[in-house]
Amino acid sequence: MKIISGQEVRHIAKLAELDFSEEELSKITSQLDDILEHVAIITRADTSGAEPTSHTLKISNVFREDKVRQSLAKEDALKNAPERCGDGFLVPKID
Amino acid sequence: MRLNFLPAYELKNMLQKREISSEDIASQCLKATERLQGKLNAYIYFDKEHMLSQARAADAYLKEICGSFNKKDGKYFDFTGIPVAVKDNICTKDIKTTCASKILSDYVPVYDATVIQRLKSQKYVLSGKLNMDEFAMGSSNENSAFGPVKNPWDTERVPGGSSGGPAAAVAAGLVPCSLGSDTGGSIRQPASLCGVVGLKPTYGLVSRYGLVAFASSLDQIGPITRNVTDSANLLSAICGWDEYDSTSINGGLHDYCQFLYDNIKGLKIGVPQELMSGGVDAAIKESVNGVLKLAESMGAVVEMTSLPSFEYALSVYYIIAPSEASSNLSRFDGVRYGYRNRDATSLRSMYRSTRAEGFGPEVKRRIMIGTYCLSSGYYDAYYEKAQRVRTLIINDFKKAFGKYDVLISPSSPTTAFKIGEKSDDPLSMYMSDICTIPVNLAGLPAISIPSGLSENNLPIGVQIIADTLREDLIFKTAYSLEKAINFNKLPVHLYEQ
Amino acid sequence: MSSEKNNLKNSSYTDSSYETIIGLETHVELATNTKMFCGCALSFGAEPNSKTCPVCLGMPGTLPVINKRAVEFAVKIAIALHCKINSYSIFHRKNYFYPDMPKNYQISQYDYPLGSSGYLDVNMGDYTRRIGITRVHMEEDTGKLIHTGSSGRISESDSSIVDFNRAGTPLIEIVTEPDIKSPAEAKEYLVALRTLLLYLDVSDCSMEQGSLRCDANISIKKAGSQGMGVKTEIKNLNSFRFLQRGLEYEEQRQAALIENGEKVMQQTRHYDHITDSTKALRSKEEAHDYRYFPDPDLVPVFMDDDMVEGIKSSIPELPSAKIERYKSGFGLPEADSRFLASDKNTAAYFESCAALCKKDRLKSVSNWIIGDFTALLNKASISISSAKIKPSGLCSLIDMIESGKISIRSAKSVFEEMFNSGKEPQEIVKGKDMEQISDGSVLEKIIDDVINKNPSVVEQYKSGKEKAIGFLIGQVMAATKGKANPALVNEILIKRLKLNP
Repeated sequence: MKIISGQEVRHIAKLAELDFSEEELSKITSQLDDILEHVAIITRADTSGAEPTSHTLKISNVFREDKVRQSLAKEDALKNAPERCGDGFLVPKID
Repeated sequence: MRLNFLPAYELKNMLQKREISSEDIASQCLKATERLQGKLNAYIYFDKEHMLSQARAADAYLKEICGSFNKKDGKYFDFTGIPVAVKDNICTKDIKTTCASKILSDYVPVYDATVIQRLKSQKYVLSGKLNMDEFAMGSSNENSAFGPVKNPWDTERVPGGSSGGPAAAVAAGLVPCSLGSDTGGSIRQPASLCGVVGLKPTYGLVSRYGLVAFASSLDQIGPITRNVTDSANLLSAICGWDEYDSTSINGGLHDYCQFLYDNIKGLKIGVPQELMSGGVDAAIKESVNGVLKLAESMGAVVEMTSLPSFEYALSVYYIIAPSEASSNLSRFDGVRYGYRNRDATSLRSMYRSTRAEGFGPEVKRRIMIGTYCLSSGYYDAYYEKAQRVRTLIINDFKKAFGKYDVLISPSSPTTAFKIGEKSDDPLSMYMSDICTIPVNLAGLPAISIPSGLSENNLPIGVQIIADTLREDLIFKTAYSLEKAINFNKLPVHLYEQ
Repeated sequence: MSSEKNNLKNSSYTDSSYETIIGLETHVELATNTKMFCGCALSFGAEPNSKTCPVCLGMPGTLPVINKRAVEFAVKIAIALHCKINSYSIFHRKNYFYPDMPKNYQISQYDYPLGSSGYLDVNMGDYTRRIGITRVHMEEDTGKLIHTGSSGRISESDSSIVDFNRAGTPLIEIVTEPDIKSPAEAKEYLVALRTLLLYLDVSDCSMEQGSLRCDANISIKKAGSQGMGVKTEIKNLNSFRFLQRGLEYEEQRQAALIENGEKVMQQTRHYDHITDSTKALRSKEEAHDYRYFPDPDLVPVFMDDDMVEGIKSSIPELPSAKIERYKSGFGLPEADSRFLASDKNTAAYFESCAALCKKDRLKSVSNWIIGDFTALLNKASISISSAKIKPSGLCSLIDMIESGKISIRSAKSVFEEMFNSGKEPQEIVKGKDMEQISDGSVLEKIIDDVINKNPSVVEQYKSGKEKAIGFLIGQVMAATKGKANPALVNEILIKRLKLNP
């Protein structure tokens, strides 16, 4: 049985903002299906009583004092901009 | 005398005695690099003039403090004037940092990673930026927008990955040591395949600030060197709390040299049977067993043990790492930096074409897996379940470290494989990390040291794992075993061809 | 859309036929020195992209570190809203692509917010509505988009420009339960919330500059019917008035749809204050899937009792407590107490006066503040805290009135001059020769003179027209240029008129 359908892959690609050609799409669908089938073995693990681990560290309450640090020079902030307009980053028409 | 093959600690001694200059070292490293770059493709960036000018500045500094040799004022740093090469996912101010991706092929950071700042404060010499799998995703260094790196022992084979460049450069004598990053084995597996020493420190011991994130809860920067002493020195130079990284550990020890002593008498070693199973090449098992026998002969106690949840580790990793990556890599959108498809006339088409063209297939594959695992309706079954199984793996390690000081296993299930051999089969490629992944999931420190050569002259590595922040046990064990194994082999034949 | 507008004219929404259910989501930009996760200064109106750093630009390799003061401010707000402070809270990533988001995810709180289950009591004059607070959580603000083209509208421009100065500003989201029953209550809730936030000194709460922003969810249903109506989300409610107007419009629009047998669509609508109507935003191709997951770059926040107590002790007396104290302690009427407590600076001013004045004069202080003072402040559009009249000046003026030194009438002009010049009342009165004449012997002479000059009026009075005395008093006041003590004049006049047959 297929775990993931071509339609779902299309939906995921949209969420991830990735374009795929039809050919790429069918290839990646079968690869994702293989991978998801493999990782599905974790459903066998008995995790009753096991809390989810986001962090291996047992640290908490890491804060920064509310002190101003030097910001970047504007030119440095914009230095890598693919396209800029004045002092701003330019993006094409928002759709 | 080939300076580029000497250990960094010896170079330091020679620099202090003024027997050589930093410029001498830089020149020989450059010569080797110029000779082998075409063959190995280890570097993405190196600049002769820039390297020499750093070396000259270090020499000037060494000259300046010449009169205070015996002062204990800490002015003589381990890496003053010593070349270090850096994986190209660690940000270097004003020097391109590409992550071996088209999407960052022209990206020039405006800041230095914390590890770079620390090395700069020692007046180190940056030899260049090293090739890798794109965004550190891969186990063969074939996923680079700048072409694959070749294994110095056999240039038809992969150096491992994702720190293929850092391992190959050190093994081939282009530089005495390098910095890599390890998310699921990306330091230890290539170190093993290239016959060098690779350390993944405890999660949080080395600041991640400036390391371009792949999987934030797993990533850790670490040294790749030709010997354990250099590894301890380089770790000492880069570790420690950083106010810019909330996940960095405050406290701990910062001079790891003190643990470099040759004594493992009474050391309790556990061997996880799950990592000595069918999936591992016979020659590798044999090599690891050889190391274990040596350890016993030195007075260590060796026992087989079982960490049953390891069977899930690869699956847990291939859910958690891509999930985090899918979010971490969202920022590459063609707006603030990096590649942009300039023909797109609307925002969404710009996003989609930029990312489709900017990322390579493996990166896109992982973004897709991760996006799926986090998406509505699947989160509980994949991401959250994986986080729970991760807890089981951590608990297995906890139990094991209640009984053993260290765990020993192979670093990689195979020796270096042929370029192209696995590149079309993601799952079999993912298997390359089965020995190393559990360690990242538990945030533990582990080192890979060479244990010998296979029949066809390819390096084999052995992995030593310790409990959280027990780098002391890692170094003590690795240092003792390094002496006993006496590997001492380098792919010098490269220079003879 | 035009047919929709026409429908409204014969809409049958009345208070009794439908029930309205409103929930509000308010975003508050905190007035910390620096951003939520980096050390960039907060700024309004700085040059574009001049207050940014690698962290708030989402540059590769950067990591967030939590601003301690932002957490303290958030806890303050949660405590003031009677929330349970959760001992364990974490940050999630909310993933979606938009160009004002440097990382294409927003760091926000999700299922473990800092505070939950609180309330705010809102006074509606003849009743009080307790509005439940679902949650108070921390997050980061986005950058700003400037749409090119003359209209500044997103739909009409070919491109947009991004400024990340605002990106990463600490933001608190306050979500209410659907407890609000009318647009007027919604407005009063926001007024009360703003007052509270200003008391806490955690935000400048400027709706104009966007440091206080509000979105609303609204649904209506036939009175007494079961279940819930379909709700719409209204955005761009950027002033108290627009909040109320937008919701009123939406109430009418939904009622008109129901009356016409049509269905209310679940959608997001934009309030346009120029047309005073709401308009559906173009529906997104697909529902958002934010893929929330715990941010691995941040560690949990544990709030123990000591930390909460410490922050609690820094919270000043809040409006509700002040109102009670003014009523029971100072004996002020409810309305006065509410007015004085409705603004932190006004309350502080009043309390400074209270420390200088006798308790029986506090009603006068209140009258002055609520009346002439507020009128002058409004006219000059300044805050009471920057007024030139000091509490001691106002108290002296009241003393002078009470002791009969000046008349109420002169006091009003003295007050105005105090307001303009900042001079002490004594000084003004002296300089202008305004001191009240309360010396009986001086007044007697003037009164006798007035009596002599107006025999016919005196005659009228004596024949029983007692009101005629008013004219005589007026003449005395005119002769003294208003300085005569009116009560004394009255007393002497009566005495004289009775004496003089």
